[in-house]
Amino acid sequence: MSDNDAVRNTPLHDCHLESGARLVEFAGWRMPVQYSGVIDEHRAVRAAAGLFDVSHMGEIRVAGPGAEQALERLTPNNVARLRPGRAHYSALLTERGTYIDDLLVYRLSGDEFLLVVNAANTDRDLEWVLAHAGEGAEVSDVSKDYALLALQGPRAAEILRQITDADLAALQYYRFAESEVHGRRMIVSRTGYTGEDGFELYTAPADAADLWRRLLEVGGSLGLVPAGLGARDTLRLEAAMALYGHELDDSTTPLEAALEWTVKWKKGDFIGRDALLEQRQAGPGRRLTGFEVSGRGIARQGSAVLVDGAVVGAVTSGTWSPTFEKAIGMAYVGTEHAAPQLQIELEVRGRRLPGRTVELPFYRRG
Amino acid sequence: MSETYPNDLRYSEDHEWVRRQGDGLCRVGITAFAQDELGEVVFVDLPEVGKVFEAGDEIGTIESVKAVAEIYSPVAGEAVAVNGALEDEPEKVNADVYGDGWLVELRYSSEAELEALMDAEAYEQFVSGR
Repeated sequence: MSDNDAVRNTPLHDCHLESGARLVEFAGWRMPVQYSGVIDEHRAVRAAAGLFDVSHMGEIRVAGPGAEQALERLTPNNVARLRPGRAHYSALLTERGTYIDDLLVYRLSGDEFLLVVNAANTDRDLEWVLAHAGEGAEVSDVSKDYALLALQGPRAAEILRQITDADLAALQYYRFAESEVHGRRMIVSRTGYTGEDGFELYTAPADAADLWRRLLEVGGSLGLVPAGLGARDTLRLEAAMALYGHELDDSTTPLEAALEWTVKWKKGDFIGRDALLEQRQAGPGRRLTGFEVSGRGIARQGSAVLVDGAVVGAVTSGTWSPTFEKAIGMAYVGTEHAAPQLQIELEVRGRRLPGRTVELPFYRRG
Repeated sequence: MSETYPNDLRYSEDHEWVRRQGDGLCRVGITAFAQDELGEVVFVDLPEVGKVFEAGDEIGTIESVKAVAEIYSPVAGEAVAVNGALEDEPEKVNADVYGDGWLVELRYSSEAELEALMDAEAYEQFVSGR
């Protein structure tokens, strides 16, 4: 962002002030980083439920008779097999097979799609999609049409059921429906970024504050709390979900990031396929691994990973895990070191902390 | 003055507080402002007893879920005790920042140096002007 770009407030700004949020600037938005505290909020989401404002996320609409074909070419996952009412996790890749962004693709109807992208990348993504969509696909940034609330946790369905007649039992993981919630039409999607069951609600900005307050009202007695970006980060890290700018960027590929499952080799050509195929044949030189620190300290992004005194990789994300009560993280290491239970050291402020590699994810819901 | 910055303490620009304990000793901790900025503390690293510091030397680190902060000695002196309880219960820094959350006890070298630190009123001005 340049200095003269104003920092934007989400439609829920007043709600955050009411809830005593600590606000920070993130990707050009003023966002709640925490309310009661990161650890409290994290544990509430694992035990009951949390409500997140993720309205900063970008939405790009791709529609028209050429939309499916455009997205088949633009993303590595199989769009042709994605039915209306379903979403999948995918990416925009460069010709080198590296990440421009990671995203969710929603198929709204036969020839209408919604791409949900990272806030910081929205403009660049839009430019890329516009440049490569080809004939018959109309591409537009519709971010301003949506506020996005994420209701996450084992009690999320129980809470949402109190303000909607939608058939939530039929709404399986990675499915969505346009439904009425608290008297308003919105997209109810069974997705999330916490490793828990939960929903993401794409609503009109004008309806967002009312929905937020109503959810907290009906969910409060079931343990629902507002939760900020701090807890979102510790939750996604325990669940080993990648974050653009950390695990993913324009130097990393899905094969390195343990996201090969998003690459559908048999579907036909897509941007980045040749480079990825080459990397698959040669074998990627590095791979994402989980680690935990047994020494006292957190190895954060940029910390070197060492084996027998030699640097073998670098940390992409690190935090203190409220669930496991120890420091955990993810790192790219040479493929030969990407196996669990290897002794490693993490360099933190000139000191070397002992640790070991562990299998991902750290946390899987029961 | 509010309880946020007790009147009987002195304060440094690095957001440490100092309390005289008598016999030339003082305790050092972090201020409510610093605690609030850091959030939940998960690791505290403290110096070895017997180490000697100049004012401004790093004497340890405090790590929260969100960030890590260096602790600087507000005055010159020798560490005569550290709050070992924080190894297992670092959250005491959040719960009782001016009491059980103390970090280090120093035998300080100069009364004048301690006296030159900010009083509660000056510190409150200092943080509100940020």
